[in-house]
Amino acid sequence: MTSTGPAPSEVTETPDAAAPPLLELRGLKVTFGTARGGGGVLARAVDGVDLAVRRGEIIALAGESGCGKTTLARTVLGLERPTAGEVRLNGTPMRYQRSALREWRRRIQLVPQDPTGSLNPRRTVYDTVAEGLRVHDVPTSAQRSEEELVAEAMSRAGLRPPQRLYLRYPHELSGGQRQRVLIAGALALQPEILVADEPVSSLDASVRGTILALLLRLRDELGLTVLVVTHDLGLAWNIADRIAVMYLGRLAEVGTTEQVLGDPQHPYTRALLSVVPEIRNLEPEILRGEPPDPTRVPAGCRFHPRCPALAAGPDAGVDETVATACRTRDLPILPAEGAGHQAACWLHQPL
Amino acid sequence: MAELLEIRDLHVTYRTREGDVPAVRGVDLSLPAGRALGIAGESGCGKSTLASTVLRLQPPTARVSGQVLLQGTDVFEMRWGELRAARWAKASVVFQGALHSLNPVQRIGHQIAEPIRLHQPSTSSAEAGRRTGELLERVGLPARRAQSYPHQLSGGQRQRVMIAMALACSPQLLVADEPTTALDVMVQAQVLELLVGLVRDLDLGLLLISHDLSVLGTTCDEVAVMYAGRVVERAPQRDAFANPQHPYAAALAAAFPTVGDPHSRRAPTGLTGDPPDPTELPPGCTFHPRCPIAVEACTTLDPPLRPAGPGRVAACLRVGVDGRRLEPEEVA
Amino acid sequence: MSADASTPSRQPISGKALARARMRASLARNWREFRTQRDGMLGLIVLIFFVLLALTAPLYIHPDAFDVAQATGPSMAPPSLEFPLGTDENGLSLLPQVIWGSRTSLLVGFAATVISMLIGASVGIASGHFRGWGGATLERLTDWFLVIPFLPLVIVLATVLGRSLINVIIVIGITSWPGTARLVRAQTLTAETRPYVDRAKALGGGDWHVMSRHVLPNVMPLVMANTVLTVAIAILSETTLSFLGLGVPFAISWGSLIEGAFAHGAISAGAWWYLLPPGICVILVVLAFTLVGRALETVMNPRLRER
Repeated sequence: MTSTGPAPSEVTETPDAAAPPLLELRGLKVTFGTARGGGGVLARAVDGVDLAVRRGEIIALAGESGCGKTTLARTVLGLERPTAGEVRLNGTPMRYQRSALREWRRRIQLVPQDPTGSLNPRRTVYDTVAEGLRVHDVPTSAQRSEEELVAEAMSRAGLRPPQRLYLRYPHELSGGQRQRVLIAGALALQPEILVADEPVSSLDASVRGTILALLLRLRDELGLTVLVVTHDLGLAWNIADRIAVMYLGRLAEVGTTEQVLGDPQHPYTRALLSVVPEIRNLEPEILRGEPPDPTRVPAGCRFHPRCPALAAGPDAGVDETVATACRTRDLPILPAEGAGHQAACWLHQPL
Repeated sequence: MAELLEIRDLHVTYRTREGDVPAVRGVDLSLPAGRALGIAGESGCGKSTLASTVLRLQPPTARVSGQVLLQGTDVFEMRWGELRAARWAKASVVFQGALHSLNPVQRIGHQIAEPIRLHQPSTSSAEAGRRTGELLERVGLPARRAQSYPHQLSGGQRQRVMIAMALACSPQLLVADEPTTALDVMVQAQVLELLVGLVRDLDLGLLLISHDLSVLGTTCDEVAVMYAGRVVERAPQRDAFANPQHPYAAALAAAFPTVGDPHSRRAPTGLTGDPPDPTELPPGCTFHPRCPIAVEACTTLDPPLRPAGPGRVAACLRVGVDGRRLEPEEVA
Repeated sequence: MSADASTPSRQPISGKALARARMRASLARNWREFRTQRDGMLGLIVLIFFVLLALTAPLYIHPDAFDVAQATGPSMAPPSLEFPLGTDENGLSLLPQVIWGSRTSLLVGFAATVISMLIGASVGIASGHFRGWGGATLERLTDWFLVIPFLPLVIVLATVLGRSLINVIIVIGITSWPGTARLVRAQTLTAETRPYVDRAKALGGGDWHVMSRHVLPNVMPLVMANTVLTVAIAILSETTLSFLGLGVPFAISWGSLIEGAFAHGAISAGAWWYLLPPGICVILVVLAFTLVGRALETVMNPRLRER
């Protein structure tokens, strides 16, 4: 009675690398001004990100709180406006007029973090799933009845038979069911991309796998592209094709999951991975201090104040030249295209 | 020498308008000093209720039977004065959601010193201040933080403050209910490192409750897995996570895939259905409706907790005395 | 995956029909809950009594009762069998006047409240939803209206607009909406922080969708409870206006009766029957509305209920 994704040997072929990327982020910056009045402090939540996501890919955006991953996800959804740079879908840049945004929303949908808070407690399951359909008047354009579309979306999300749940209210559902209702609501619009923000962190542990398996199945059956925001590297290992590790508004490391989690290059990734319980081959490297504040981005490499490699100096291969660079030179933004496994670290970038 | 904490046949039932709700249905546990015992389980399994009984802090609507022995004395037989003295000085609790339990308008130092002042009213404020500074340093925060207000601290720092508060009266037992749930993985590692260090340096007993089996596997000497108010498996340290015998423990372990393990690559597994409604428990084994290996007998027989290998017990009809998985025909 | 999960023989279900069924069930549930609030039930009974009184008055009160030419009683006579509430300065029985007075008082109270609620709820939601100068302007407007002293404002407005039933209703309506607006704005701000509003936006919902589908239903219970309390205030306002001589001309209301009592020296003459009955009626009705309003608040907000 466990539900699983496809067995490892039957994994679908990795997305076609030759096709143009479905979603592109170019030089994306999102800055929040805090404290009005003289000398307002700026929070550089996203501070220059290039990323290309191919159709049918599941990419994980990993990092701790404050790294900017949620802001990035919200920007992709159009809930935040970039301060600089752009978001492109199939080569077309995102525009922020009302009608353009609405069109955008049909193609990129959200699977939220908190299934309970994201459901209006006064709306039935049917109404919640149908909401998107009504906003975009899909039954008219698709020439199908609303109920048919709702039933189909709910079935796809694993809620079968759908009729049984139409009249239920959120508080009558379990955590897993609520998340499926939200997924159904997103699927109803037949989007191309799902942005899942910590999709299982609020759910009971034993149920998480079923939702993750659902996301995998949706990718395999519908060709959906999924951007998963998470702090859980185990989750990335479970379902992601590629992983992008974020730190303080920039990508620290990008590559396939096997590359990044199997052979982490960036000291931050190494440290994160080392504290995952049961990890093999890595000594736990517990970083001191807190995840840093986006209002106070360090000069040079933004990770250098906490970097265990820098602290170890020559023992970790960090000679004087590299150390100076770490402290004074800001690293270039990792490119979106090609280049496979990349780390924004002076140990791995040409000086 | 009596164990630090011993729980014998504990039953806790909540009386509600709709009837009786059994939260804990017969749990036996023991914890010696200087060791860490982990309790794994998800919402509704009774672990938080269990934690609350250690200091007799369960809600008034709860009916309790069984014994909770703190250094040999049953907390339910203690007189009020004895109990108050035991609370915080013998055992203390860091509750779930502790991050929000700090009074936002009082300085940290004042709040940490509160149990000290309550238990030893004759303590001078200088002495209390010194002790507070000591406690803060013990949990890895600079002593001057005593002057801060809660909102000036991060989540991880506040959790450390809660632990410092729990240590204020030098208890022998610390109960931590989901201490790392809302925290980032790095901060979680820091807090766990702190707890393990405390057990080692202060010879504390630690009862650590979490839904994250992998965390318990690495920090605790023994792990007990709870489901629907009962312990369904108990095993030494890593075994519960690396080699679970009870199918529920296996599902819980699978929820935290090991990075690098090819078996979990693109193969998330989970349980269908929901944890059972405590007022409507299924007949036989309470786990059988969601169990991937259930057989006919599981619908009628409620398996007792029985030996399943060296130092291990499991409550599953398909787990043999030596820990081997039994074929359906072999099930007694 | 074909959509044959829906059985072929069933009619497609209308989402609206489902919503209606569910709403009926929840109304029934709320009513049951309300019935347990003793204060609220008491208030409701009193209100129903007065409303019925007002509605049925024309059935048994003849207009002649207000015709001075037809007055039969002595001036300012105390209550007796013939005149249960005594007589006024013209010798007309006061009982039918007090009963008739309920009509104007309640009508103005309800009508003014409808206006107040409409303006208050709309401004409240809009000022809470729209950031930037739109919302800020509405907020300033609300504060401005809130701060202006009630009495001078109504006096000025009544004088400028002239006295008539409509104008009295308007005047009271536009001076009592800020309280509601303020409340609604606070509730809107809270509601909009909920993740489901984010989700609605992510689905493509625009301002109207968010405000009408998510904020309004969330805010309605509060508005309902507040409305009931506002009616009480509106009735008091009407009474005050009439007392000041600024009320509906030539109409009998409780306020006008009180005004009459003062104007014709009923106090110094010791004619308590002229002053007390209308005053007590106002008090009873206002109290009844307050009790019902508070009971409604308790029913709508589960956290206020004591289990």
